[in-house]
Amino acid sequence: MFDLASSLPPLPGVGYKPQHYAEIIEDPAPVGWLEVHAENYMGDGGRPIAQLRALSNKFPISVHGVGLSIGGEGRLDPNHLARLKHLVDWLNPASFSEHLAWSTHDSHFLNDLLPLPYTDATLTRVADHIDEVQEVLGRKMLLENPSSYLAFAESTWSETDFLREVARRTGCGLLLDVNNVFVSATNLEYSPQSYIDDYPLELVGEIHLAGHDEDHDDHGKPLLIDSHGREVVEPVWALLDYTLARSGPKPLLVEWDTDVPEWPVLADEARRADAALQKVIA
Amino acid sequence: MISQTAFRTALLDAAQPIPEGLVDAQGQPAGARYSVYRNNVAVSLSEALETGFPAVAKLIGPENFAKAAGIFLRQSPPSSPLMMHYGAGFPAFLSGLEPLKSIGYLADVARLELALRKSYHAADHTPLDPARLQELDEDQLMGARLVLAPSAIMLRSQWPLQSIYRFTMTEGAPQPTAQPEDILITRPEFDPEPHLLPTGAGDFIESIAKGQSFGEALTHAGEDFDLGATLGLLLHGSALTDIHL
Repeated sequence: MFDLASSLPPLPGVGYKPQHYAEIIEDPAPVGWLEVHAENYMGDGGRPIAQLRALSNKFPISVHGVGLSIGGEGRLDPNHLARLKHLVDWLNPASFSEHLAWSTHDSHFLNDLLPLPYTDATLTRVADHIDEVQEVLGRKMLLENPSSYLAFAESTWSETDFLREVARRTGCGLLLDVNNVFVSATNLEYSPQSYIDDYPLELVGEIHLAGHDEDHDDHGKPLLIDSHGREVVEPVWALLDYTLARSGPKPLLVEWDTDVPEWPVLADEARRADAALQKVIA
Repeated sequence: MISQTAFRTALLDAAQPIPEGLVDAQGQPAGARYSVYRNNVAVSLSEALETGFPAVAKLIGPENFAKAAGIFLRQSPPSSPLMMHYGAGFPAFLSGLEPLKSIGYLADVARLELALRKSYHAADHTPLDPARLQELDEDQLMGARLVLAPSAIMLRSQWPLQSIYRFTMTEGAPQPTAQPEDILITRPEFDPEPHLLPTGAGDFIESIAKGQSFGEALTHAGEDFDLGATLGLLLHGSALTDIHL
């Protein structure tokens, strides 16, 4: 009935940025696949669509949505879902993923991934929305764990149990962002390794890596911000090793979305991801 | 239970209290932790406007732009997740903003930048083969209807809009002189280009865009109209897709 949740290869990938187009076409090594943000390719035509078409002839593509608002209280925007279906239909990507978050309310799109309380009501709503997405797209999706800066006092589920239960109800796969795990664990004062221990690694179709910024809260405690604007830090590489040792090789994506560097800098990060994969293959 | 309405209200208005029940690891009120979301929303929307309206930002300076964007993004958050379309209401907003009223042409510059973005993302098309025009006899030509490409967009301004835009964005461009200017944006391949239209061309193209015949468009264009130059611009810029007889 459905395709597999993801057919990405267990290789390093990068978040595609148009300024890297010529270099990626010429010599992509060690990059084996690319990820694009769905919403950037929902125009009617022009360069973005032409580039994506050309790239999809050379690389497996992962479509990563940032605007579906799966955790939204209201119903999913049918227009947006139709645009997504159009993109997925013509591109036939190796994977489609979205976030455990909300971003639209009363038809206002807030351009950020906003947090959810982990309650039974949220679980039902998220599962219903994922059912609808998978039904419309005719394929399974991956759901990504968020970066948390705060918690909801009303939450009754742990994040890992919540994700496991959403996946059980909907059949969706999971996208594990190890930088988000590190950011959330630091901000909410738990062990990132024990999060990985509790996480259903067998459902993971893709892993994300990214850089974050450091700030402080009102009490002087560390507050990490998921900025995607610099290199992946050492403790996150270590957490990746910890994860891969338990999960085996997975498709591994380096995200860099703000202050985007020259291609060689991003390629270096992808080489490091490749080295992490080689360790578990060997 | 914290509703998303309450979460959003405090997100866009820093004067509103942070919803109760948002906490840190010790169960204390979230405080600055909530401000991360406030900041993410304001900065990301403001940056989207700055990216979309670079000439407006240059004309009024970064500080004024940040202030204007800060008001606009709270009044008019995006109505869809397609950030490529964000800011459709920005020109009208700028023209109503009291401190910027002395810069009468500012809203038109914003309209031009919006149209350039629209052209960039417009549907692809196969350009009209000029030979198809040459094949027609005069009667056929006068009755024919030209079809404009989706990426071809015309703007008519009471200001020297093209000259102001060039002067703002291109180093060494000549100082604008006070005169109305019509602009046609063409997109030969992927990059939209604004062109200053010669006398009468604005009326000619407006007539074509309405679906009127070549002959009617010529009548609207008036006596000083340079048909050769205008057709050259339309054909070289791949601004025509078809001709209906």
